Amino acid sequence: MSDKSISTAPAVQTGNWYEPDAKLKRRYASDRRLRFYGVTAIVFALGMLAALVGTIAVTALPAITQTMVTLDVELPADKIDPADPRSAGYLKLFSDAVARLFPEVDTPKETRELRQLFTSSAQYQLRDMVVADPSLIGKTVAFTFPLSDIGDQLHKGAIDRNLPSDQRRVSDIQIGWYDRLVEQDRITAPFNWGMIFNADSRFPEQAGLWGALVGSFYALLICFLVSFPVGISAAVYLEEFAPKNRWTDIIEVNINNLAAVPSIVFGLLGLAVFLNFFGMPRSAPIVGGLVLSLMTLPTIIIATRAALKAVPPSIREAAIGVGASKMQTVGHHVLPLAMPGILTGTIIGLAQALGETAPLLLIGMNAFITAAPESMFNPSTALPTQIYIWADSPERGFTSRTSAAIIVLLGFLVCMNAIAIYMRKRFERKW
Amino acid sequence: MDKTAETTGVLSGAAATRTDGHEIKVAASNVSVFYGEKQALFDVTIDIPGRQVMAFIGPSGCGKSTFLRCINRMNDTIDICSVTGTIEIDGANIYDPKIDPVLLRARVGMVFQKPNPFPKSIYDNICYGPRIHGKARAGSEMDEIVEVSLKRAGLWNEVKDRLKEPGTGLSGGQQQRLCIARAIAVNPEVILMDEPCSALDPIATARIEELIDELRERYTIVIVTHSMQQAARVSQRAAFFHLGRLVEEGETDLIFTNPSDQRTQDYITGRFG
Ligand SMILES: Nc1ncnc2c1ncn2[C@@H]1O[C@H](COP(=O)(O)OP(=O)(O)OP(=O)(O)O)[C@@H](O)[C@H]1O
Ligand SMILES: [Mg+2]
Repeated sequence: MSDKSISTAPAVQTGNWYEPDAKLKRRYASDRRLRFYGVTAIVFALGMLAALVGTIAVTALPAITQTMVTLDVELPADKIDPADPRSAGYLKLFSDAVARLFPEVDTPKETRELRQLFTSSAQYQLRDMVVADPSLIGKTVAFTFPLSDIGDQLHKGAIDRNLPSDQRRVSDIQIGWYDRLVEQDRITAPFNWGMIFNADSRFPEQAGLWGALVGSFYALLICFLVSFPVGISAAVYLEEFAPKNRWTDIIEVNINNLAAVPSIVFGLLGLAVFLNFFGMPRSAPIVGGLVLSLMTLPTIIIATRAALKAVPPSIREAAIGVGASKMQTVGHHVLPLAMPGILTGTIIGLAQALGETAPLLLIGMNAFITAAPESMFNPSTALPTQIYIWADSPERGFTSRTSAAIIVLLGFLVCMNAIAIYMRKRFERKW
Repeated sequence: MDKTAETTGVLSGAAATRTDGHEIKVAASNVSVFYGEKQALFDVTIDIPGRQVMAFIGPSGCGKSTFLRCINRMNDTIDICSVTGTIEIDGANIYDPKIDPVLLRARVGMVFQKPNPFPKSIYDNICYGPRIHGKARAGSEMDEIVEVSLKRAGLWNEVKDRLKEPGTGLSGGQQQRLCIARAIAVNPEVILMDEPCSALDPIATARIEELIDELRERYTIVIVTHSMQQAARVSQRAAFFHLGRLVEEGETDLIFTNPSDQRTQDYITGRFG
């Protein structure tokens, strides 16, 4: 029966070698369709990413430079005590310099308007300059300092001169003064180093990320110092030493669950435990780091366990076979071989922690702090919370600075992920 | 060179001697092994004489590896595995709770089916064992151990100029000889080999077989093999396992020419397995 059915079965129509038949064509068509869907999806994803990064970059563009003005300031020796240059009357010296440049400005109202063009802390910057270099005393120096937010916006063309005077933030007379400064070549727009090396400020032209960078650095350091050893120890114990029973199953499930807990919950936990119970300082990077380490722990544990599992059993057998104890097997062979995977996981965990905002808000790392923290116990902000603060500030200058800060944060994240990828490639091992 | 006997004398006891002049090195009696509920080995009783090669043969899954791994308590590393019965080496029971499995494994080395050098240099591969057992200090003493071990494993001439290169960069056969050198570097008394040639070509296999023949002067060797020819070539005694039981054991020549059990006969003539 079967013989017969084979012999009478119609020969499969496959066309000839050069002209695929309809069925084959349909198969190819569906292949192409699938490939098209895939490419479309990728293009869509990349497009969204490009749009996101593009808008941020465009918004951040004005923050690349900071408009500065240069005035000639007299520093007469009889007004500044070289033994104590800090206590001299710099506001007066600065005002004199401004008055020399604009002798016609004499009413208090006009003086105030003129001063609005310059950053409000000009006299302190002048003081710092003299304190740093007392040899300037007795000379007339060129003092360069930032314009205020409105001056900066005016220079960058963000303020429309054609609007009626009462609808823009600068008056006609201020525009006149600004134009005079431009004519005299006193306005420059160098790279905005202050954005990186200044601490936060209420005034956008002085606000920088330094405090946030230091705060984030301390927080990540704490996070690493806590979660790395604890995570590795936990993972090594669970993977290599713990008996496989119901208890370790429960622990394993819970660790995986921990990785999925929303970050704000960790923030509440940190608030309740570290601040309220242990009485640690508010807004301090040490608390931020501890909270972040709680979040990073599961990531590191899971990555470490995966890396340990990936070490082939033959290596363990080899070590045990020559008489290494369990501890030696793990310490001398398994852990070093798993290390690249562990470090990759750790860096990815730290990158997540770097961008984490919600838990830091809850422990007060969004405070307004105008100096970089001196230690990890001082109040401070962190990069993401600094972005959060700036995004909330009404001044125009903060809009571009917020985007610039986002770019800095993204830059760090990309670097960290790149290191992780590099390490994975570099230490990838084939057995 | 032979200071193992004194330094690691954790086992002591009178070793029985046999009529043919070879003392009994390993004596197993009523060894049963369970993987969880499942029994893999049933009441194996066997004497393994010293300074000879003993071959374990039998169809796949019959428990050869399982029994071999009992001799250096490698099975301890498998959670679900439990062993009953006694195995004595030089008259001392290695399953005695007082025996430290780590010291035992220094005396009973093992070579695995797949060459498994550490992903370290050739030198470090050899010196790892002596170092963790404190048998030699780093320096000339260690250099000597490395050289002697590699020479005994017949690998010295091929690798003496590249001791710092990774052991994983050698060919399969060289890697397996490196593993043998690593095992003999701790100066064991017994070497267990689980199908050491199954991943090698005939030439590399021949080298290892020669090596086994040389090593037999100093060490007691137990080898698991699926190749009847290999068993016949390298071993003096052979044991045939079937379905977790030791069917028969005796001089290799006798087992191959005149087996007393029908199952052995069937297996070596290729009727099953
Ligand atoms: N780790 C383990 N867990 C559970 N059962 C195991 C384990 N190792 C071996 N066994 C079982 O024990 C029995 C004997 O296995 P063993 O590895 O000793 O066979 P073998 O004779 O070495 O076979 P082969 O020649 O294929 O290597 C087999 O039925 C196997 O399924
Ligand atoms: Mg086996």
